[in-house]
Amino acid sequence: MHRRVIFDGKLLPYVLLAPQVAITLVFFFWPAAQAVYYSFFLQDAFGLRLIFVGFENYRHVLTDPLYLASAGRTLVFSTAVTGLSMASALALAVMADRKIRGAAVYRTLLMWPYAVAPAVAAVLWLFVLHPTIGILGRSLRDLGVAWDYKLNGAQAMALVIVAAAWKQVSYNFLFFLAGLQAIQKPVIEAAAIDGAGPARRFWSIVFPLLSPTTFFLLVVNLVYAFFDTFGTIHALTAGGPGKSTETLIYKVYVDGVINLDLGSSSAQSVILLVVVMALTAVQFRYIERRVHYG
Amino acid sequence: MIESRSRTAWLPHLVLALGVAVVAFPIYMALVGSTHDAGTIGRGSLPLYPGGLAMENYAQAWSQGSGLRVKAPPVSRMLLNSLVMALVIAVGKIAVSVISAYAVVFFHFPGRMFFFWMIFVTLMLPVEVRIIPTFKVVSDLGLINTFSGLTVPLIASATATLLFRQFFMTIPDNLVEAAKIDGAGPLRFFKDILIPLSRTNIAALFVILFIFGWNQYLWPLLITSSRSMDTIVIGITKMIGTGDAQTDWNLIMATAILAMLPPVAVVVSMQRWFVKGLVESEK
Repeated sequence: MHRRVIFDGKLLPYVLLAPQVAITLVFFFWPAAQAVYYSFFLQDAFGLRLIFVGFENYRHVLTDPLYLASAGRTLVFSTAVTGLSMASALALAVMADRKIRGAAVYRTLLMWPYAVAPAVAAVLWLFVLHPTIGILGRSLRDLGVAWDYKLNGAQAMALVIVAAAWKQVSYNFLFFLAGLQAIQKPVIEAAAIDGAGPARRFWSIVFPLLSPTTFFLLVVNLVYAFFDTFGTIHALTAGGPGKSTETLIYKVYVDGVINLDLGSSSAQSVILLVVVMALTAVQFRYIERRVHYG
Repeated sequence: MIESRSRTAWLPHLVLALGVAVVAFPIYMALVGSTHDAGTIGRGSLPLYPGGLAMENYAQAWSQGSGLRVKAPPVSRMLLNSLVMALVIAVGKIAVSVISAYAVVFFHFPGRMFFFWMIFVTLMLPVEVRIIPTFKVVSDLGLINTFSGLTVPLIASATATLLFRQFFMTIPDNLVEAAKIDGAGPLRFFKDILIPLSRTNIAALFVILFIFGWNQYLWPLLITSSRSMDTIVIGITKMIGTGDAQTDWNLIMATAILAMLPPVAVVVSMQRWFVKGLVESEK
């Protein structure tokens, strides 16, 4: 990142950087360092004294069956949200990529849930799937399904997945559509002339060519399911019933903010930090690759 | 093109219409719910078509917020809180990032790459992984229940800085050279050339960051406890409470519709920039 022509200035660049750097230091690096620091300490029952315990908090967290169960749940939840929202978005994008009348209208109609807050999406689905007042919830009960997400953990998980995936479809749709539109049409036409049917053309030409977009969306959706769905879960089930919808992020919040367990919640934060770093690293490796292939 | 046979022409329309229906269904039901009375909804006899109480419900939500069972600040107040938060975050992030990117691209100075990486690394430090210490910093600074506490800590932006940096790198050297020969200093160049050239990027980022700000959840939940500071997104989940059947669902649904309107209006009206910004800022 070198420009040949630059401006002179000894002080000016620092002044320009100052606001961003100050916010970064005070609200990002200092708290993150504190989280790492506290993860090595245990607070006594009155919150007065800190006792250094080394890696005890980590050992405790990583061997805690509740934490491991929450990790497993997070995996199920993230996979389901990512799979559901990406598959339906891809199907819609493939259809919208055809030369059909009203393609722009469909695009607008499919785009705007992007703007709906995860927590508001949760409220909308709650209203539809509520066991006694929701129009779909009632229908399920009429069909003989014992639908009550407040009692049944699996149903609560399904509800959270639907609300989280619904909101994410529009985002994935826009990226898949952009990816599809970037594919050179002559390649597909050539395959058609050679006698490949629509399904064959999709799976052996379009889908492989789309893989950079797919891979990118995979990472983004996992990050979304991990972190941005806190509002969905908080509004819908608050982690319940029992702990059946308590993901790792929700657990950090409960242990830290509600149970005030400083050491354990700090250790959990640091573990999540490692996860984010890994995902970000993967994302940037992909960007490097895309630059090479143009 | 290929396969424009009329036999399969209906398929895309069918799939897309189905998609639109699934996307629109919960929102349609919210609209319907906001036009009936709480009793009808509570009995589980909400029909599929709108009722006649739209005016009453929206007026009550707008000016009072509270009903028989729901206690909340007026929706107008919560919308104002959200609007202030979203605007300050969006404008603040853009302002802070555009000058950082300018410094990093157009100057050479000791520590340039250090500061760039420092901003970049914040990508890996979302609020969720530093909840309690960040809360403590904000509370030590006396910013709990203030708009500064709600917005300033979120104003740093690695994504926006990266995007501006990427764009500034594409500005040809001879343009900078010409400006310098004409006697433009760094501030003049920034104000008269760089900012006008960045207009499209700024518009695109604004849409994305406005939505980001409007939809914040965990942060306002931590930083505000007074109900008069509730943003609309926080307020509506507080209205739901434990999700009982017997509550003022008509008011809650009116609030949900009002909570969606501003961000959806921004996305739809600025569609062109939004799609461009979305696809580019994530590169």
